[in-house]
Amino acid sequence: MKKKADIIEQVVFLILRILSLSVIVFLLFMLGYIIKSGVSALSWEFLTEGPRNEMTEGGIFPALVGTFYLMVGASVVSIPVGIITAVYLTEYANSPRIIKVIRLGINNLAGVPSVVFGLFGLSLFVVFFDFGTSILAGSLTLGVMNLPVIIRSTEEALQVVPGTYREASLSLGATKWQTIYRIVLPNALPGILTGIMLSLGRAAGETAPIMFTAAAFYTPDLATSVFDEIMALPYHIYVMATAGTHIAETRHLQYGTAIVLIALVFLLNLTGLILRARFKRRLQ
Amino acid sequence: MRSIVFDAIIERSFLLIALTCFLFLALIMLFLFKEGIPIFKTISVADFLGGSEWYPTSENARFGILPLIVASVSVTLLASFFAVPLSLAIAIYLSEMASSSVREIIKPLIELIASIPSVIIGFFGMVVIAPFFQKYFNVDTGLNMLNASMMLAFMAIPTIASISEDAISSVPRSLKEASYALGANKWQTIFHIVLPASLSGIWTAIILGVSRVIGETMVVLMVAGGATIIPGSFFDPVRPLTSNIAAEMAEAEVGGTHYYALFAIGIVLFIITFVFNIIADYLSNKYSFKES
Repeated sequence: MKKKADIIEQVVFLILRILSLSVIVFLLFMLGYIIKSGVSALSWEFLTEGPRNEMTEGGIFPALVGTFYLMVGASVVSIPVGIITAVYLTEYANSPRIIKVIRLGINNLAGVPSVVFGLFGLSLFVVFFDFGTSILAGSLTLGVMNLPVIIRSTEEALQVVPGTYREASLSLGATKWQTIYRIVLPNALPGILTGIMLSLGRAAGETAPIMFTAAAFYTPDLATSVFDEIMALPYHIYVMATAGTHIAETRHLQYGTAIVLIALVFLLNLTGLILRARFKRRLQ
Repeated sequence: MRSIVFDAIIERSFLLIALTCFLFLALIMLFLFKEGIPIFKTISVADFLGGSEWYPTSENARFGILPLIVASVSVTLLASFFAVPLSLAIAIYLSEMASSSVREIIKPLIELIASIPSVIIGFFGMVVIAPFFQKYFNVDTGLNMLNASMMLAFMAIPTIASISEDAISSVPRSLKEASYALGANKWQTIFHIVLPASLSGIWTAIILGVSRVIGETMVVLMVAGGATIIPGSFFDPVRPLTSNIAAEMAEAEVGGTHYYALFAIGIVLFIITFVFNIIADYLSNKYSFKES
């Protein structure tokens, strides 16, 4: 009997290993394939020049700049509001009812589909506030979408700051705010930065929320005000791969843009993860 | 004294800012309903949800979203069929089988999947998987339900795997040791003790993963094929709710019936994901080893 159970165990473990590995293999195949197909399109000019000849030649500079604007714009909204919300929840809040209301907001905001954020941005910012399809409307939409990301990672970072730090500061006569500002926040900073990096990556990679609020098919000029519409990397990939008459001829440009977007997002996430690892080590 | 007053002001203003998330959630609901409800002057709720014809721009416009709902549900079910076993395999492998050095390579790779922008996964499904299907499965179009479900499953794996892994790892060691002491081997312990004990966490993971699949837009927009028909096979092109909004919003005139109808679809999506989140929240609060 013992023998049979052990054989079953071995077979099951083998299957679990194969299933797990198949996911990793698919991931690596996908990244490898995209890199292999797009690396020929990459060059300095690809990054620093605009598209030419109905987007069949040239580079992606305006889309890079547009994505950069959206990342900055979304951060202006989500970083201060997110950090303050997290500080309130971990350091101040003591009424269960208020905590419940705030949590309800955060949890459900995190679950709202990205295209619904797009609808929200369209109806509130583009139409109701009359910002038009613009950097401003897109940034606000992405900023609201990113709030839960910043709040959750900031909360985590604040919770690992030892309570003794706070007590030491308070016993020296510091007020609560002085303790938070001088002791808690500086110690939680690397963890907070992790959240910021993750949210920047998300702002750079999301397409659906900016489709109706900020992104343009093609704009020859760079934006001069926050009310201008812009090109953005993810939307650029989408339109080049699905619209127009030169889909097949521009395939290498699509792959090239995909590499740039993946590299940007991975770089941001990697920075975030390294910060988090260091932060954990320091507090242990 | 001044600093005490200052502290009180800080606390009050932080509370106001902390309520922003709730405010935005309320604003999302308000504006979805404000722009979506007017469609029901043209068509009844039952005809909207149950109508099987979606011709928003024809002369005699029809706004039945049943094919879109069926598409969303079937794509989601098929994606879960792929994603759940794979994610559970990864969760069990990482928490119970892998050595810590292997774990430290595999875990970040799985987390990496979560950070890949959805437009990239959609692009890959479109230019690599779709031609592959067309070539080897002899189907009309590689852009279909099966392809979209596979890509969605890939996207959902990190969510389901990492939350399940947390649940599995939080099963108290004493339970496992008791099982080993009775002579059970590792798999018997996992199957009869660890998995049942972490079931509520695993359900939470699945529900959150599924909720993400229902709401995902770019992948289905690029890969699902876009036909507003009720699918008869896995190889039929379909058009889920999310992709329909994304595909048609650009051509809908602000304040027109088509525009209202697309917002009403947004309401349907919002309600579905809202319910899923409430269930996940309830499950994760109700049974958890961490809190007790």
